[in-house]
Amino acid sequence: MKVAHEIATPGPLMETLDVKKIRADFPILKEKIHGKPLVYLDNGATSQKPQVVIDALNRYYSTGNSNIHRGVHFLSERATEAYEVARQKIKGFVNAQSEQEIIFVRGTTEAINLVAQSYGRSFLHEGDEIIVSAMEHHSNIVPWQMLCEQIGARLRVIPINHDGEVVLDEYRRLLGDKTKLVSVTHVSNALGTIVPVKDIVRLAHERNVPVLLDGAQAVPHLQVDVQKLGCDFYAFSGHKLFGPTGVGILYGRAELLDKMPPYQGGGDMISLVTFEKTHYNVLPYKFEAGTPHIAGGIGLGTAIEYLAGLDWERVAAHEHDLLSYATSALSSIDGLRIIGTAKEKVGVISFVFDHIHAHDVGTILDQEGVAVRAGHHCAMPVMQRFGVPATTRASFALYNTRDEIDVLVRGIQRALKVFR
Amino acid sequence: MSELDELYQEVILDHNRSPRNYRAMMNANRKAQGYNPLCGDHVTVYLDLEEGVIKDISFQGSGCAISKASASMMTAELKGKTEAEAKELFDNVHKMLTGESSKNGPQGWSGVGKLTILSGVSKFPARVKCASLAWHTVNSALKGGEEVTSTE
Repeated sequence: MKVAHEIATPGPLMETLDVKKIRADFPILKEKIHGKPLVYLDNGATSQKPQVVIDALNRYYSTGNSNIHRGVHFLSERATEAYEVARQKIKGFVNAQSEQEIIFVRGTTEAINLVAQSYGRSFLHEGDEIIVSAMEHHSNIVPWQMLCEQIGARLRVIPINHDGEVVLDEYRRLLGDKTKLVSVTHVSNALGTIVPVKDIVRLAHERNVPVLLDGAQAVPHLQVDVQKLGCDFYAFSGHKLFGPTGVGILYGRAELLDKMPPYQGGGDMISLVTFEKTHYNVLPYKFEAGTPHIAGGIGLGTAIEYLAGLDWERVAAHEHDLLSYATSALSSIDGLRIIGTAKEKVGVISFVFDHIHAHDVGTILDQEGVAVRAGHHCAMPVMQRFGVPATTRASFALYNTRDEIDVLVRGIQRALKVFR
Repeated sequence: MSELDELYQEVILDHNRSPRNYRAMMNANRKAQGYNPLCGDHVTVYLDLEEGVIKDISFQGSGCAISKASASMMTAELKGKTEAEAKELFDNVHKMLTGESSKNGPQGWSGVGKLTILSGVSKFPARVKCASLAWHTVNSALKGGEEVTSTE
């Protein structure tokens, strides 16, 4: 296969990302695995956390723990403020119009389920169609299938080509009078493809069809501006964005969120409860029943603040360099086939061998201290599309280096030796 | 021998390259499917069970070297065994794979015969399911189960 981009070694005039400094911010990167330095290339599954995030969690539980939105005491007020400040940071991070549009959820999965059950069950009907792409994560397939079963709607799938790119012409053909919702990934977790979501949104909006974007794999790599994208909903998880697990965000346009019923009932989402009738709270609290993951929200805010302190042009250049370097290095390995060769990609490389299963590659790499994902990446339809049972996936983050890719290549060569 | 060499011994690699009894069985009177949802490995085990004796056994499927070799070696071991013997072997292999039993002298694990070669798997907790998938599946076939067996 052809390498998408020439590899340019950064010259003395080109300002590069200070990766060494960034690596020092992530304590886990000093760990040894089986006696070897950790080479963490499983960032698509979850990213590592900088010390500031770990400290924020620690500080909250050590000195600030309290419930929010309900106490009159000092700690509760402070926790509430910290949580709401985190919401403001997240609002800025995705450039939402207001904090009301930022709903804390458990993660991308819950965000999509929220839209399926609240928006979907209220505004979709029997015979309506929902469009997804052929490279969705299971979390952007199953919630819609469940909805389809509940209301008698139908799921339509935009096919992808052999490079792992959505076929826009097919999308145009699928869009019709019955289409009532489009929900596609911004970046494919299994292939790394960056989907032309602006086009997806524009074409849907020509027919007044709202669009949800699954941004779980996009936010760690791309600068996301929901207003520029024009999407109606945008979902992402904190833990892939160098924040804690168990917290994520649903962005929704206020106009849509306002007319949607609550997703779950409980405390915090109400303004008045009697046994006769309950009045729901205003946005975003209407969708935030129960005590949330307060520390997680604060930690996510800290992660976003950390990212805001980086030069994103340099981050993008560094990640692009990693992808080009790795694509070139892996392509030169005999028998290795890269799955997902889209023109626009983030730092994700899925690959297979005809005679070595991904799981065996994963185990051998692990012995070298290299963490990768081996399996179907919760995207079984993608595996079926390419006729492979599983792939090995190396997914990069801003703290990875060319040296680490060299270790990956040596590990793969060891696997080849075992299975020669 | 490193843990990795112990896992990928030549015998295992050989069974992976040329699995024994790898075929569908037309006259099977028992059949079960096994599936590992985590990695997508799946296996179908066919049995010709006559008067409590495994007259013939075969398998098909897709998976990693460990799962394929384990299934291949299993079919070789189980052919001709009674249901009770198969069950006993299943228990012994399971204990070996999960590290519940330990090495018994230089001959290896007791009650598992040649399958002692699979003992390296116990050092790789993430791979125990790969090695045990075919065994759970044959167990289900012996019980006459039609349901898909899952390692989860």
